[in-house]
Amino acid sequence: MKLFEYAAPRTEAEVLQVLSPEFGKTEILAGGTDLIGLMKKMIVTPDRVVNIMNVPTLQGIEPTDEGGVRIGAATTLDVVRTSPYMKPYSAVLQVIAGINSLQLQAQGTIGGELCRRPQCWFFRNGEGLFWSSRHGTGERDDRYHAIFDNEGPARFVSPSRIAPALIALGARLRVIGPRAEDEQWVPASAFFQKPKHEQQKETILRPDQLLTHIELPPVDGWLSATYEVRQSVGPDAPLAAAACAFRHSGGIVREARIVLGQVAPTPWYSHEAVAALVGMPVTVETAEIAGQAAVQRARPLNNNAYKVQLAKVAVKRAILLAAGMNPGGF
Amino acid sequence: MANYAWPSRDEAQVIGKKTSRLDGVAKSTGTAKYTYDVNLKGQLIAKALGCPHAHCRITKIDTSPALRVPGVVHVEVLRDAGSEIEWQGEILAVVAAETEGAAAEGVKAIRVEYEPLDVFVKDYDLEAAERAGRTSSGGGRVQTEREPGPNDDEDKFADAEIERLLKASKYVVEGFYGIDPITHCCLEPHGSTVEFKDGKLLAYLSTQNVSGTDDGFARDLNLTASDVEVRCDYIGGGFGSKFAPDYWGVAAARISQKTGRPVKFMLDRDLELKLAGNRPSAYLKVRVGADENGVIQVWDSHHWGTGGATGGAVSQNVVPYVLVPKNYRRRVTNIKTNAAPARAWRAPNHPQACAISQTVIDDLARVMGKDSYDVFLANLVNATNGKADVYREQMRIAAELMGWKEKYHLHGKGPRNGSIVEGLGMALHTWGGAANNSSCTLRIRPDGSVESWCGTQDLGTGTRTVCAMVLAETFGLSPADVRVNIGSSKYPVSGASGGSTTVGGVSESHRRAAQDALEKLFALVAPKLEAQAEQLEAVGGRIRVKGAPQRSISWKEACALLGDMPLEVTQSYRSGTPSPLSSSQVAGVQMAHVAVDLETGVVRMKKFVAVQDQGLVINPKTCASQIYGGVCMGIAGALFEQRIMDPETGAFVNCELSDYRLPRLGDVGEIIVHLYEPDSERQRGVVGNGEPPVISPIAAISNAICNATGVRVPVAPYTPQRVLEALQRRA
Amino acid sequence: MMHAHEDTSRRSGFSRREFLKGSGVAAAATALAQQSASVAQEQGVEVVRGKKRITVEVNGEPVSVEVETRTTLLEMLRYQLDLTGAKPVSTDGSCGASTVLVDGKPALAAALLAIACDGKKIQTVESLAKPELDPVPKAFVEHDAQQCGFCTPGFVMAVRAFLNQHPHATEEEIRNGLNGNICRCGTYANVFQAVLSLVKGGANG
Ligand SMILES: Cc1cc2nc3c(=O)[nH]c(=O)nc-3n(C[C@H](O)[C@H](O)[C@H](O)COP(=O)(O)OP(=O)(O)OC[C@H]3O[C@@H](n4cnc5c(N)ncnc54)[C@H](O)[C@@H]3O)c2cc1C
Ligand code: FES
Repeated sequence: MKLFEYAAPRTEAEVLQVLSPEFGKTEILAGGTDLIGLMKKMIVTPDRVVNIMNVPTLQGIEPTDEGGVRIGAATTLDVVRTSPYMKPYSAVLQVIAGINSLQLQAQGTIGGELCRRPQCWFFRNGEGLFWSSRHGTGERDDRYHAIFDNEGPARFVSPSRIAPALIALGARLRVIGPRAEDEQWVPASAFFQKPKHEQQKETILRPDQLLTHIELPPVDGWLSATYEVRQSVGPDAPLAAAACAFRHSGGIVREARIVLGQVAPTPWYSHEAVAALVGMPVTVETAEIAGQAAVQRARPLNNNAYKVQLAKVAVKRAILLAAGMNPGGF
Repeated sequence: MANYAWPSRDEAQVIGKKTSRLDGVAKSTGTAKYTYDVNLKGQLIAKALGCPHAHCRITKIDTSPALRVPGVVHVEVLRDAGSEIEWQGEILAVVAAETEGAAAEGVKAIRVEYEPLDVFVKDYDLEAAERAGRTSSGGGRVQTEREPGPNDDEDKFADAEIERLLKASKYVVEGFYGIDPITHCCLEPHGSTVEFKDGKLLAYLSTQNVSGTDDGFARDLNLTASDVEVRCDYIGGGFGSKFAPDYWGVAAARISQKTGRPVKFMLDRDLELKLAGNRPSAYLKVRVGADENGVIQVWDSHHWGTGGATGGAVSQNVVPYVLVPKNYRRRVTNIKTNAAPARAWRAPNHPQACAISQTVIDDLARVMGKDSYDVFLANLVNATNGKADVYREQMRIAAELMGWKEKYHLHGKGPRNGSIVEGLGMALHTWGGAANNSSCTLRIRPDGSVESWCGTQDLGTGTRTVCAMVLAETFGLSPADVRVNIGSSKYPVSGASGGSTTVGGVSESHRRAAQDALEKLFALVAPKLEAQAEQLEAVGGRIRVKGAPQRSISWKEACALLGDMPLEVTQSYRSGTPSPLSSSQVAGVQMAHVAVDLETGVVRMKKFVAVQDQGLVINPKTCASQIYGGVCMGIAGALFEQRIMDPETGAFVNCELSDYRLPRLGDVGEIIVHLYEPDSERQRGVVGNGEPPVISPIAAISNAICNATGVRVPVAPYTPQRVLEALQRRA
Repeated sequence: MMHAHEDTSRRSGFSRREFLKGSGVAAAATALAQQSASVAQEQGVEVVRGKKRITVEVNGEPVSVEVETRTTLLEMLRYQLDLTGAKPVSTDGSCGASTVLVDGKPALAAALLAIACDGKKIQTVESLAKPELDPVPKAFVEHDAQQCGFCTPGFVMAVRAFLNQHPHATEEEIRNGLNGNICRCGTYANVFQAVLSLVKGGANG
């Protein structure tokens, strides 16, 4: 690790004071389960590290006046998992249970999980996010890479496992920055972006901005689930995932959100799957059709066509799971 | 000279009893000191710059920026400008600094310029390898029942004969099978903590070869081996990759010599995976023909694979594996890739050979529409190691433990529960495991204390405990009563721990030394008990007259008879000497029960049964652990583990543990171990079992997947991607 | 150059703008490294450069250690306190070998900065040996849940943390709850048995 300056402010305002607006100068440290490894490998080399774990307002979970919940970004995953307020948000709880390491759950934070850097092995080995086929053979090993939105140099997959669930549940994220107008509540779906150059990250956060809270709306009849296709029971990244939330009446789906994970540089909202589900009763057949619809526009790279099948199954199973039906699988 | 022998099953007091390892508490409370844990006063921490390219020439290397990094004390350049580098991760320079952070920063500061050269890593693609000029013959062999006539061209005869036999076969299977390279991935990386002082080197080395690495250091440092002491009390995994100091160990010693300070140089995880050991791949194209009973009559194969930039493929000698028909032709092609050279990986050649040839037998069962168990049984007539009867009995036991008969269905014909299908598979294996060289010095002091010295090492196999058990058994004491010293090159020489040779070696040397010592002690005690020395026995902490147990004295009283002089004995065993205490050649049968999700290709282990012979079992507890562990490592190779090299750059892309997938506790399912030790095997004496249990799992699991799905997934590891692709090919 | 960094006395007035004038990462690194250790206030926020003396409670004993900002908790334990039970195995925290308890919660010492642990209670595997052997390592010995043993201290601490939370875990909970640790030698079946014996025997002291 490079030597760096270290600050552990006690308020959100103080955090903002010690952050730099310039990319790469300062890094926010939460649980450190992702950042410290990247710093050891010198993939990330900040001049200053700002530890946000001592800021009380970033910790904890509380109900909102509207009947939803607000989660501090520095709240650890185990706290989220065991909070009574989180009970109705199955899609989130299932993901955390799937990050199957009690150490990572106890140390990792929900904000860190959302801002975690891509697992793309080219990135993690120092090639940057925008690796390419240098010799034009086109033969890079992209088995875990994107099957959507993968034209151009960004072909990594969004690493967050919780993001699809949050988007499906209609969460909003509170972002603050040095200027008053920086403070905003953004829909979780708008928080992620596909970077266009090395000076952009995978979220809309500028280097001097902080994610402070995640707010989930009242459950209000929405059923939800996340299904991740996992090769192992360990904390390794899933191969594909989908979160689904929907509301129904008279057995007919009235409103739905379906978001795929591990398939695109951002969490992948599937309008097609939603269209296939809304207005239909939840059955194995509709779930199957929604799965089909979700991958209609998939464009696999050299070596990841299998992910199309996995994404399709994940969507189907997430819908069934949300409906309380047997999703199949193990 | 004593009459060396083991006590019978009934007489044995210690041997054959489940005994907790003596260093168990030290390990599980963190006080056991591994090489990584030895902190010497004033030590520097070294880190390496690994070459980022898989094939290149260094055109310039400038270390001066590293020396300017605060905390950096020394930079040792290992590869100068002009050097050709043939695999990614090869160490170019080593930075020694006051802290890990400073060393890492120093490494990052080194400026290197490279000229890229052509990269080839596609070991699975034989045609591409040929086009790239990366192949060479690894030999082959033809064996046919009919001999060629004097005027026959041998090759043409073989061609014709093989075709004739295939044509005459009732069943023919033609297929492609493979297994990708994996790494050793020792959790304690390779490395050393060394101190060069007054012309002498003290090296704490993470090694499987305490007695054999001192001269490795000495040679490269211009010392004599007697100036070097290698120590290794605990080693965090070796699996065949830690036999030498390695050039990075020598570099650490050099830096210590130059800086006058102790140096700790352990490889980082990525370099550990890239450099410090991997297992060759194997890919096989084969045709076999079998008679109406499913007995294979002819085998015709060509396999290829890579041992990296220098090594070869899997030896043709073990293909087909164990069950070798009367007629066969086998051929192997070595492929040179831009990967670090392979190292011996637990049971070299065998797991691959088993995975690419016992899957063929299972495919034969599939083609015949028969129970795989029966086809394996029929092919035991082809067992070349004379163990057909043992296998037959082991299969019976394994099948019972697995519930094979109740659960078995024909390939792809089982019930489907939603998208889940289940299946069973089996495989069998063999291994040598003969005792290695070993010497033991034993001292019995007049106060009754017993202490031994032996330059062996305990890889976690329980060697320390075995030594103590053998001594305790001989002296009628308990293992806690004896002090065992191992892990220094200054102790009596003992062989490297590889190939399952250690338990035999140390059992030999310790039993021999102990029996000799006891004989001397008996001679002193005999007059006291008014008996002949031959009439005495040591049991339960006393020395007594056989058949008259009331005529006895305590162990302590007996030792007091030594007077002032401790009794000291050194005994050695030379590998290959016929002995009643040890032998070689074991057999094992394993069965797997898996579930496969047809929609995702995910495979889950449900149950695994391992039945293993290893002659006489000294410590059933640690012996069983070897088998549990071997099975887990086999599951890793079957379902998770794979060295992935980017086909374009040759970069080892999954060189960190988050991408180098290994099974976790919840992934291995239920494992049942059966130690097969009927009198017929026990009387053979000790045989090592470190390698055998890791051989069969991949084939057994492959067969179980095929049985579940009706489709062969050709290449291990059987990942969801590969399972899905195989299912799609059928559809 | 990052002149603001060169003069500690001016640090309290150090503005963000000056900090940002730095001419790139390398320059910053050199500038930082040339500093002697110091703690400065930046608009009221404490900013540590170089080193800082921290106080932690390790296995019940208060200790005061001077650490670099970049020193991980694992490095501090191993190199400065010679507590080498927690092991360095992976760079990315995927193996669990460095597991310790921080304020009672399991944590990866390899992925924590020592300086971030200032004022906290650290419990390492060594504490389980005294005053008497904790039931977890005891069960590991009894069930031979260790071979080479390099993963063992981390596994023991993970099990300790797991049982603190789930003293009556079911078989399924055990298989689900202990997947943050990697064992290369393959002691999983033995670890499972060890944990099962603990939840059954209630020897969860
Ligand atoms: C081997 C391994 C595999 C893992 N696999 C997965 C996986 O597949 N999927 C997954 O979801 N998790 C995975 N994790 C867990 C992951 O580390 C956690 O999700 C964790 O929650 C990250 O939180 P943290 O607080 O430790 O993050 P940190 O490492 O502290 O931070 C992660 C990133 O987020 C930034 N950041 C943190 N908080 C904020 C904030 N409030 N505002 C702005 N930026 C912020 C940091 O600057 C940093 O770039 C894995 C972890 C490991 C070690
Ligand atoms: S015992 Fe060796 S890694 Fe677990």
